[in-house]
Amino acid sequence: MSKIHVSTTVNGDEVEFLCDPRETLLDCLRDKLNLTGAKEGCGTGDCGACSVTLDDRLVCSCLVLGAEAEGKTVSTVEGMAEGESLHPLQQKFIEYAALQCGICTPGILVATKALLDKNPDPTESEVRYWLAGNLCRCTGYDKIIRAIMDTAADLREAS
Amino acid sequence: MQYHTATSYENAVELAEAAQGTIRFLAGGTDVLVQLRAEIVTPDVLIDIKQIPGAADIQCLADGSWQIGAAVSGAQLDEHGTLKANWPGVVEAMNLIGSTQVQGRATLTGNLCNGSPAADSVPAMLAANASVTIIGPDGQRQVPVKDIPSGPGKTTLKSGEVIASVNLPAQSASGADAYLRFIPRTEMDIAVVGCAVSLELDGPKIAKARVAIGAVAPTVRLVESAAEGLIGSTLDDAALAALASAVRDACDPINDKRGTIEYRTHVAGVLAQRAAKIAYQRARSKS
Repeated sequence: MSKIHVSTTVNGDEVEFLCDPRETLLDCLRDKLNLTGAKEGCGTGDCGACSVTLDDRLVCSCLVLGAEAEGKTVSTVEGMAEGESLHPLQQKFIEYAALQCGICTPGILVATKALLDKNPDPTESEVRYWLAGNLCRCTGYDKIIRAIMDTAADLREAS
Repeated sequence: MQYHTATSYENAVELAEAAQGTIRFLAGGTDVLVQLRAEIVTPDVLIDIKQIPGAADIQCLADGSWQIGAAVSGAQLDEHGTLKANWPGVVEAMNLIGSTQVQGRATLTGNLCNGSPAADSVPAMLAANASVTIIGPDGQRQVPVKDIPSGPGKTTLKSGEVIASVNLPAQSASGADAYLRFIPRTEMDIAVVGCAVSLELDGPKIAKARVAIGAVAPTVRLVESAAEGLIGSTLDDAALAALASAVRDACDPINDKRGTIEYRTHVAGVLAQRAAKIAYQRARSKS
């Protein structure tokens, strides 16, 4: 089976990889680019652990083929911090202990950043609906929501 | 599996005609890739139509009608203020499907082609009297959405045919639509019952009506008898009772863990009344 050559931009860096037509973007990120932040939970678009943005649109990378990333811009959790300085959401998640096992955390951070980029002042209901596709099996939702609401308030004050 | 990126719909049809084995067209992939990964359907050839010029565009034509490209996502519909004001029912139906992540990819065309009787956007498209533009080996044809579903997971599309766009008619100045579905939770579930109503008013009276139901028959259904009962009324209690009764008569649901036959049939009548009230209010508030 012939491999497909893909050129794409991930977290601002131009990258290239060879993939099988059936390989997902999630597999390509993890196995070819060593970006293991996005996790495979369900593999069928239900759990959101593999959330990334593709041309600024939040998607499940398990439901995108690697080949579809050709010429696109991909952002993953690895691109959130600037060097050693964490993104305000990451900082606040630590402060609020808004994670237990941590598997869902990268997906939730990426999804939440996409929300705040679009809507800096969401209501709690809007945050909960936006994150309906990000499952946390430790059911630590409440601290996550509180961390997000507090980050959003801080970011609004800072801007 | 081979993966192709089509450059035009004609090119997509050529690729499909030249292909051997199972073919799937790829737009949002929220059904096709799930089926591929679950090994339910493993295509031999996958033809990506997203790069086709216009495939991801929403266009309002000179006569006020809408052309929604086959690769337009639910999120794009939600962000389009004018389309949402014209056809709120179609947009709210599409936006009920899946999560934010799924909305970033899922399309009206894909929801229709997947052939699920429980597809949320299909009753809304039927009520809106939408059509699709199909391109195939024999050229182009325009088909009402109501003629596409033919059974669970089945459509009337012929081999090698691809849908290029969903077309919504121009909305009347006194018209509006609405869609409601019932699920046991608030988000991320498959319809137990869905119902769409589209109305056009003449003063307080209903001049035109279309009612469609989902998840209560082998295909999404247009219920003409339910629409007839609404026409000429001001959506009074008698009209609402007749609506519920006509909708229930049109139900032929399955019995499963999501709902019994009796339950689904009852809820279909309730949802039809509620959706009609919302559509009526929306249309009244325009005048």
